[in-house]
Amino acid sequence: MIGLEHYLTVAASLFVIGIFGIFLNRKNVIVMLMSIELMLLAVNINLVAFSSHLADLAGQVFTLFVLTVAAAEAAIGLAILVCFFRTRGSIAVDDVNVMKG
Amino acid sequence: MTVTAFAFYVFAISAIGAGILVVFSRNPVHSVLWLILAFISAAGLFVLMGAEFVAMLLLIVYIGAVAVLFLFVVMMLDVDFAELKASMAEYLPLGLLIGVVLLIELGLVFAHWNFAPEAAALRASPTPSPAEIANTQALGAVLYDQYVYLFEIAGLILLVAMVGAIVLTLRHRPDVKRQDVVAQMHRDPKAAVTLIDMKPGQEGRAHGFRGK
Repeated sequence: MIGLEHYLTVAASLFVIGIFGIFLNRKNVIVMLMSIELMLLAVNINLVAFSSHLADLAGQVFTLFVLTVAAAEAAIGLAILVCFFRTRGSIAVDDVNVMKG
Repeated sequence: MTVTAFAFYVFAISAIGAGILVVFSRNPVHSVLWLILAFISAAGLFVLMGAEFVAMLLLIVYIGAVAVLFLFVVMMLDVDFAELKASMAEYLPLGLLIGVVLLIELGLVFAHWNFAPEAAALRASPTPSPAEIANTQALGAVLYDQYVYLFEIAGLILLVAMVGAIVLTLRHRPDVKRQDVVAQMHRDPKAAVTLIDMKPGQEGRAHGFRGK
């Protein structure tokens, strides 16, 4: 029987993979943003799992809001990335500290 | 093994496998495609949990908008990704260490955790029976009633994000000719057209005629 624990295990694994991806792709901002999306997905799975287990719809409502913020964050992050690429000609995060002021 | 359990393991394994491949792919385009697979698998898990509306939203918003946005940006930027990947091995031990520590912490939380005895009484908005009210309808009733202000703020966040993304990426290029609508509308027809009376055999240049 598939219970709450199974879903929580999947969500925890996805979250750790997301954290791992951020550290592994220190130079590639695009994959870092994708890792953040993976972490938010893991959070969403957690919220829906608890919502389903407790029969409380609030968890699913919060999933909607997390989804909204994730979409806004992706749009702004990619826009900043495009701007950065136009001025620097690369997306290496090491160069970001040049943008002082 | 029941059908539900089988479906759960298929979706769970494909979600985790796709997640790992997002992180490890050499080519970011492949990363985006694996991310899409992870989202689809998560949507499958949501359907198994009885949250159909959120699952469909995940498909539409995440795959239809966010993942496609990622794909556009990855393909639009001309980046040498092989160079970026070269430093991957350098960060592998640190990443692995932090990942393992986090996994152990989550495992510890997982082992010593249980629901409060009054958890069922503390529910904010109990789910009605799925046989009577479908998930989407119940969610809509809660979202537009109890959480309507948060819903409006979510819309505002999206508006701000849209304006911000447009402002950030808009660029005026001076070397491109554009239509100036205001200048066109303020054009005076009397000043723009001059009618001149040409005699046969007369030179046009005397009257400022620059044709021919």
